[in-house]
Amino acid sequence: MGASQTRSEHKYQDLADKTGFSLEQITNLHKRFQQLSGNEDTLSRQNLDNIPALANNPIRNQIIEAFFDKRNQHQDEVGSFNEIGFEQFLMVMSHFRPPTLKTTEEEKEALRKEKLRFLFNMHDTDNDGTITLVEYRKVVEELLSKSGAIEQETAKAIADAAMLEVASTNVPDMAPDDFYEGITFEHFEQILKGLEMESRMHIRFLDVDTTTMRCGKSTS
Amino acid sequence: HTHRPTHTHTHRGDTAHIKGVTRVNGDVALTHQESRLNPSKSNLNQTEHGHGSVITGIPIVTFKWHHVETPYLVALWILVAGLGKLVIEANHHVTSVIPESALLICFGFILGGIIWGADKVQTFKLTPTVFFFYLLPQIILDAGYSMPNKLFFSNMGAILIYAVIGTCWNAASLGLSLWGCHKGGAMGDLDLGLLQYLLFGSLMAAVDPVAVIAVFEQVHVNEVLFIMVFGESLLNDGVTVVLFNVFDAFVSLGGDKIDAVEIIKGIISFFVVAFGGSLVGFVFGLLISLLTRCTKNIQIIEPGFVFVLGYLAYLTAEMLSLSAILSIVFCGMCCQKYINSNMDERSVTTVRYVMKVLANGSETIIFVFLGISAIDKEIWVWNTGFILLTLLFVLVYRFIGVFFLTWILNKFRLVPVELIDQVIMSYGGLRGAVAYGLAVMLDENKIKEKNLMVSTTLIVVYFTVILQGITMKPLVNWLKVKRAAVGELTLIEKVQDKVFDHMLVAIEDISGQIGHNYMRDKWNNFEEKWMTCILMKPSARKNRDYVFKVFHKLNLKDAMRYVTEGERRGSLEFVRNETAFIDFKKKFDDDFSEVMPDIMADTSDDYSDTRDPVPSVSLEMHEQTMNGMRPLEDVNSHHLLQQHLYKGRKQHRHRYSRSHFDVNKDENEVQEIFQRTMRTRLESFKSGKMGVAPLKHITKHLKKDQQQKMPNGKSLDKSKTYHSGDEDFEFSEGDSASGFEASASSFPMRVTYRAGAGIENPAFMPDLDPMAQVQIPPWLAEAEVDSSMVAPSQRAQLRLPWTPSNLRRLAPLRISAHSTDSFMLADAPAAQQRDNDQLPPPPPPPAPPHGDHM
Repeated sequence: MGASQTRSEHKYQDLADKTGFSLEQITNLHKRFQQLSGNEDTLSRQNLDNIPALANNPIRNQIIEAFFDKRNQHQDEVGSFNEIGFEQFLMVMSHFRPPTLKTTEEEKEALRKEKLRFLFNMHDTDNDGTITLVEYRKVVEELLSKSGAIEQETAKAIADAAMLEVASTNVPDMAPDDFYEGITFEHFEQILKGLEMESRMHIRFLDVDTTTMRCGKSTS
Repeated sequence: HTHRPTHTHTHRGDTAHIKGVTRVNGDVALTHQESRLNPSKSNLNQTEHGHGSVITGIPIVTFKWHHVETPYLVALWILVAGLGKLVIEANHHVTSVIPESALLICFGFILGGIIWGADKVQTFKLTPTVFFFYLLPQIILDAGYSMPNKLFFSNMGAILIYAVIGTCWNAASLGLSLWGCHKGGAMGDLDLGLLQYLLFGSLMAAVDPVAVIAVFEQVHVNEVLFIMVFGESLLNDGVTVVLFNVFDAFVSLGGDKIDAVEIIKGIISFFVVAFGGSLVGFVFGLLISLLTRCTKNIQIIEPGFVFVLGYLAYLTAEMLSLSAILSIVFCGMCCQKYINSNMDERSVTTVRYVMKVLANGSETIIFVFLGISAIDKEIWVWNTGFILLTLLFVLVYRFIGVFFLTWILNKFRLVPVELIDQVIMSYGGLRGAVAYGLAVMLDENKIKEKNLMVSTTLIVVYFTVILQGITMKPLVNWLKVKRAAVGELTLIEKVQDKVFDHMLVAIEDISGQIGHNYMRDKWNNFEEKWMTCILMKPSARKNRDYVFKVFHKLNLKDAMRYVTEGERRGSLEFVRNETAFIDFKKKFDDDFSEVMPDIMADTSDDYSDTRDPVPSVSLEMHEQTMNGMRPLEDVNSHHLLQQHLYKGRKQHRHRYSRSHFDVNKDENEVQEIFQRTMRTRLESFKSGKMGVAPLKHITKHLKKDQQQKMPNGKSLDKSKTYHSGDEDFEFSEGDSASGFEASASSFPMRVTYRAGAGIENPAFMPDLDPMAQVQIPPWLAEAEVDSSMVAPSQRAQLRLPWTPSNLRRLAPLRISAHSTDSFMLADAPAAQQRDNDQLPPPPPPPAPPHGDHM
């Protein structure tokens, strides 16, 4: 018993170094992970799909897909998992870590890039390095899909307009027969400069265990 | 409290209590010394005097100054204050260095000097009644109404801590320190006890929203910092008034009668007053929302309800001796969303404008009178120790308080408040008119050193507003405070914002954390389910759902216009459409509208007989309602889009500004998108077509030159045909004064859509191809299929296949439609150009008589 305790702690320490979470946070997330997976070692899409609170989220699919995307694992791999283990789960979560007072400017910049990359990957479903109009449209459509009577057409129009905008900002003097392929990561970064990614794209990971507070709702 | 006949002038010494509900003497906005000296001479008597003491016959003209004196003076003062602001704002180089508020105070000094020079006594000054009942409410209501709710509530914790604990700390520390210094003998012989010092501390404690906004709106700090300072200043006004009343009660009670029970009662009353006030505001907010649900038939006065009920919220809270300021803040915050969607868009615009007018006006008057009040020998009592120590303590304790509270907060905040921001927050602790108003309200009988307190308050106000105000900007620059991004968000950013919101909620859900996003999501759901149901008009709710439909409709309409281009060609019919076309973009700048009515009037007169009886493209485009009125669709799509897309936090970029009020940038945005797609289409089928020199603009267009500056000279190809249309576009873009300008108007869109693919430069769109099918971008074509429901004219559809020659004929016609001199001038080179291009088409004879109007 004692041995396994230390082993898991050791393992957590490892994860903590990798992801930057504190040990308490990791313990909590692990609990949550097990809760979601039904005490299995791995998590499938189905498990995430079953989270009731997620049911109303218009971009649920993208979010879930992001968890299974190998690109979000910092390992230069491409493709997607069928099931993810706790480490992968944690890796994805780590994109949402808030900065602290101690974070230096460079670290912040790195953090920002990382978050942006995550976002970019979420859009760039086929991993060709650009978000094409089709891909972008899909996101916008999904985003609006919960709004009721919104037609696809309109979602498309909005996506188109947004794309146009990107095209015009990034390639101001397009030659006559140029063709704007899609948003590259550089352009993406450029466009979202104003969004203060580093101070927005994060959630609070508590040190305390909150899962019990809503276990009634979230058990799948 | 005293009960006075309505027409008696307020006495200066008569310190109107905020709590004095019974007081009705609202007529005198500015105390008039003359009547103070002669209290018996009431207005009623004056009126009688005015009618003539000895009647010797019917006078033809009488001079009845006393009859109109009070309102006349009030109006005159408002005028003077307004003119002062006008003069000040005319000097940009000065206002960029010295904040307007400081300049207004200085202007007040000068005016006060003049009055004093004439009367040898200060005749006019700011009285608490006037300030608290007639000047303050609208400022606070405006602040509440334009409060970026999401931003406010996400920082609510911090704001409350600063506002409540920070203010208490300021009051207590200042009072105690001064008392300590007094005991230590630093200020000589003063008749002040501990309670009096605490009372003084409490009136000095609050950061003043009026002053803060005035300074901070010129320094564009990042929005978190802004909302902290702004929110704090709003809420702590409420807190300080409560504190003031509690201590005032203590002072009247006398030091020896105060025991633990009284103190506990004081603390309880503090909370009751604060929360009760907020509750009253909330109730009134709901009332307004409910009321605006059913004001459809009295649209013209529905904006009035907002103001009246807002004011009633203030007065009601005052009547119940709750915090009136908090009440009106929350009233504004609660109702903003619902009234904006319940009321007609025109009413909403009216509310916003009137709100700004009132708030800005009051602010100006307050600052001017703060200045004028200083020039009065009577109030000035100098006590070096007291005054200097107060100044010092106010500054030092503000710093200590902010730093300490932030230190605690940073342990809990997700994004810590940075050191630099803390410095700015502390330094932005400006005191203002609220402190002065409270100081003047002090009772001379209870506090012997009232005048000293008043003069000290004035000095602190001048010091903070003028000195700190002036140095704020350099300080912000020097410390490299994170600024707010200027300019409007691009569409993609807005979409991304929304993605963010959903993503964060999702991650919280997955990770099983109950965080801010989770709460917000739950609240949104609740609100969606219940509040909107009750408070929003059913039609408004439907609109929100169909917003995108409307957006789509806009596009459709746009497509329709595209179709009618075909119709225009070769017929004079376009003239009518042209009118409509221009009319549709009703964003007339002043300059522009000078020119436009001519054109419109003309074209309709000249060609009225040629009008097609069948309104082929009706779409209520030529409903010539008031200028500046947007067509319904636009309005709706604004709502819709906002609902669905523009929910992100950055949407609330409106940094609160009382003087710079931009009407719905979002709505501009919709128009913008719309115009772009439009332009794209236009470009795509005209480009490369006509070798026509660019036109001279008929208007003093802001971006006159931009056309010539086009990167690859494509714009030179712009056909005249669309020029006026383009110009129109540019105008509205100029209006929107946003970041778009840089990207959009400096370079006309030359891209178009192609289904399923990326975006292609349309310059080489196959517009020479006579086949209409190819000309129309696929998604537009789809739109056309749909269009049956909007019923475009048969003719329009028939004429779809345009041929180049058709197109060419359009140009001269268009010119004639405008028939201004510049157009005529431009015609000559254009014709040449066409020849050069070896385009055979003989321009069709210019349209029928057109020059007569010029």
